[in-house]
Amino acid sequence: MSSNFKSRLTGTMATAIMVACAASAAHAEGTINVYNWSDYIDESVLKDFEAETGIKVNYDVFDSNEVLETKLLAGTTGYDIVVPTGSFLSRQIQAGVFQKLDKDALPNLKNMWSLVSNRTSIYDPGNAYSINYMWGTTGIGYNVEAAAKRLDGKPVDSWEIIFNPEILAKFRDCGIHILDAPTELIPAALNHLGLNPDSHNKADIEKAAALLKTIRPYVQKFHSSEYINALANGDICLAIGWSGDVFQARDRAAEADNGVTINYIIPKEGALMWFDQMAIPTDATNSKEAHMFLDYIMRPDVIAKASNYVVYANGNKASHEHLDQEVLEDSAVYPDEATMEKLYVTTPYAPKIQRIVTRAWTAVKSGQ
Amino acid sequence: MAVADITSPSEEIQETSSPSSGWGRKLLIAIPYIWLLIFFLAPFVIVLKISLSDVILARPPYFPNFDISEGWQGLLAMLQAFDLENYVWLTEDTLYLNSYLSSLRIASISTLLTLAIGYPIAYAMAKAPKEWRATLLMLVILPFWTSFLIRVYAWIGILKKEGFLNYFLLWTGIIDEPLMILNTDTAIYIGIVYSYLPFMVLPLYAVLEKLDISLLEAATDLGCSPLKAFWVITLPLSLSGVWAGCFLVFIPAVGEFVIPDILGGSSTIMIGKTLWVEFFSNRDWPVASAVAILLLLMLILPIILFQKQQEKQAEASQ
Repeated sequence: MSSNFKSRLTGTMATAIMVACAASAAHAEGTINVYNWSDYIDESVLKDFEAETGIKVNYDVFDSNEVLETKLLAGTTGYDIVVPTGSFLSRQIQAGVFQKLDKDALPNLKNMWSLVSNRTSIYDPGNAYSINYMWGTTGIGYNVEAAAKRLDGKPVDSWEIIFNPEILAKFRDCGIHILDAPTELIPAALNHLGLNPDSHNKADIEKAAALLKTIRPYVQKFHSSEYINALANGDICLAIGWSGDVFQARDRAAEADNGVTINYIIPKEGALMWFDQMAIPTDATNSKEAHMFLDYIMRPDVIAKASNYVVYANGNKASHEHLDQEVLEDSAVYPDEATMEKLYVTTPYAPKIQRIVTRAWTAVKSGQ
Repeated sequence: MAVADITSPSEEIQETSSPSSGWGRKLLIAIPYIWLLIFFLAPFVIVLKISLSDVILARPPYFPNFDISEGWQGLLAMLQAFDLENYVWLTEDTLYLNSYLSSLRIASISTLLTLAIGYPIAYAMAKAPKEWRATLLMLVILPFWTSFLIRVYAWIGILKKEGFLNYFLLWTGIIDEPLMILNTDTAIYIGIVYSYLPFMVLPLYAVLEKLDISLLEAATDLGCSPLKAFWVITLPLSLSGVWAGCFLVFIPAVGEFVIPDILGGSSTIMIGKTLWVEFFSNRDWPVASAVAILLLLMLILPIILFQKQQEKQAEASQ
């Protein structure tokens, strides 16, 4: 769930390409085809891997779980490693999309962090099919000056800013973006209503949608990637976004030195915690090389390099000593224990419930 | 066909009487039919089949997944599971009807706008001195050399709140407040009209260029004003171009996804977007296929009308 250009547009193109060449990708010897989120790795990690092993990495990117899932369900993707988010992974495992990992070929599994592995086993029991790549939260990104002015200096620390129309209305003039991700926003609204964020109950989902409809008039756009640049440029001042993406906005604003200061918070009521997992499709032709890549990624210094670059937390305990201090000590990246307690996870919806969620979301966005 | 055309009538009779060349002719005629069979009918049947299936969690995510290798057994399973529930579903939620209607409305308005802008352009091109025409034609075609996607993206930069258009209008003092065009229906109309304009101009130009000028001269000689001459001569004679242009714009505009997705707002629902959501968010290939089949049926109607019109034109000109 990282990426700068997670626009659905790329999704569209990917679909077109998918249809055009579903059975593509040649498998030369010593090659792996990796399909990861856009802007989600330090490219030098790939170069180092190629230099060390002689295996060529074909690195391709996607921008939404939906696009990845549709490709996987259509079959014969030609990819050897893909990176779905936990709740999507869980359903894909049931659909028989992935092969079990050969744990003997992955000695670096010893470096993994039980705090993360325990949570990812909700989606992938025993972590039999996947390893954690990165994890993060879905919280609030905001323009520090604009928020201070509108809240009379009160801190941004609560979902009230988003879900209380009276407060949200104050931000209308400076621009509000919300992720176009129903499976994350419905849980956030449920959490705010004091209901179980992982509720699959139709009545609950409708209550969440009703709450979201009350804030709809103040939202400029529902989009999952434009907010990064929009926050950094000062085009908008408030967004529900993914942790690392907001940090990228913060860094871009700092680089541009345009007087915009961006911050990210995990609201005190809690937030969604999600996990992007690396897995190997059943029809992968370079399974052995894919295992080598996974093991390489689990080296503490390698994954630390990636985390330092993308500012997302990883599931590798041993990597902590290699992390930049400002990444490891930032409680919005690596939440402290008290915050961790409040983070919640969600499980995949059954098709009928998924349809209700999607329909409710369409109704929220379009007013129909 | 080409072989038959260059042979003289007498030879043709001889040839058709010999069995081998008769087969050759049939084969030639069959080529377009085979083309249609492979690239139109076969995909249509596949989509139709999926639209009659049910969703399951598997790869591919629908069932029954009839394939030829299962033979009659597979066909039987398919027939046993036959129902139209995905189509019934489309009637139960107003979302689909609204999406179809909204798409038709946006496509119709865009087509009329494209015609209003494209006709004068084509007319001016056809009236331009002969040595300019090739250059003008080139200018119309030139945008195709750049990716369609990049051209649509460019409109974001023009239309956004801090975009070129607003800068320009604020600078000239025409407006005091920046216009909010991006993420509205207006932006969709601009995008469609811009992208499809060549498809309107080219058939119009082809017709207008062939227009017999002596007809207009005769009209002028007989005391007809230029405006009236346009109404009674030029416009009726260019109608086939108008029809062709309108359908070349209208049909793709109905199913348009990229332009509303990039330039439109989240409150605009169009059938292309609804189809995307069914396919990607709901992972419901059968319902997505049913939406696509209905869209196709809806578009076949204007195509038939267009064909009828063309036939009429052909008869009239004979």
